[in-house]
Amino acid sequence: MERIPILKMGNYLLVTIQVDMHDRLAMTLQDDLTAKIVTHHSRAVLIDISALEMVDSFIGRMLANIAAMSRVLDAETVVVGMRPAVAITLVELGMPLKGVRTALNVEQGMALLQTSLAARDREDAPGF
Amino acid sequence: MLQGSETFLIRSSEDVVLARQQVRARAIAQGFSLVDQTKLVTAASELARNTLQYGGGGVMHVEVLTEGVRRGVRLVFEDQGPGIPDVSQALRDGYSSGGGLGLGLGGAKRLANEFSIESSPGAGTRVMIARWR
Repeated sequence: MERIPILKMGNYLLVTIQVDMHDRLAMTLQDDLTAKIVTHHSRAVLIDISALEMVDSFIGRMLANIAAMSRVLDAETVVVGMRPAVAITLVELGMPLKGVRTALNVEQGMALLQTSLAARDREDAPGF
Repeated sequence: MLQGSETFLIRSSEDVVLARQQVRARAIAQGFSLVDQTKLVTAASELARNTLQYGGGGVMHVEVLTEGVRRGVRLVFEDQGPGIPDVSQALRDGYSSGGGLGLGLGGAKRLANEFSIESSPGAGTRVMIARWR
C-alpha cells in the first residue's frame, strides 16, 4: 500500500509530503503518525509541506487533526514550508488552520520545537 | 468564446487528484498567476470531492475561455446523485451532511469569480465555477 514515509530522529518524527495526496493517503498518514508517536514515545512532529502546491479543506483538516492528536499524546507538531499562494488560498477558503503551529522552513520549525520542548522540561523539573 | 471542452470522470479519490492536475494544466496554459492557479485548483478539489462523496461520482467538464483579451477557465461538475434539498443551507460555512467541515461549496464559491448551482432531490447536482486571469 502507498504510504508517506515517516522518519524517526531521536525524539522527533519528520515527514516530508512530496506527492499530491489523495484523501485515503492523507488519512493513512494521520493514522501512521499517531501510531508512531506512541510506539517511539516521540515528543515532536515536524511536517514539511513545501512541496505541496495545494492544501484544500481535507488536507487542512488532516493537518489540524495531526496537531490535535499529537497534543493529546503529549507531543508537539509544527507544519513548515507552506507556500504563499497556498496560505492565501487557505484563508480565503475559510480555513486559517487555527491550532496548528507553523514555521517558514525546516530550520525554524526545528528551533521552535527545541525551544518549546526545553520549556516543558523546565516546567517538569523538580523545583528548588 | 468557447474553445472546446474536455470531460473527466470522477469515480475515485485518485480521480480527484487527476482532476486537480488537469485544472492546473489549463490554468497555466491560460497564463494564470500562481495564486490564481492555486485558488482554482483548490476550488476544483473541493467540488470534485463533493461530486464523489455526495453525488456518488460524476464528471468534470473543463472549458478554456477567451473573451477579448480576457482568459479564463470554466469548470462544471455533474453528478446523478441524490441532489441537495436545501441549496442555500449547503452553501453556508460549517454546514455538512457528510462529516466534513462544510467548507466545500461555500469555499469553492469564494475562490471563484463566477458560481452557479442547480440541484434538486433525486435529480443530481450541477455546479459551475469560472475564474478569470
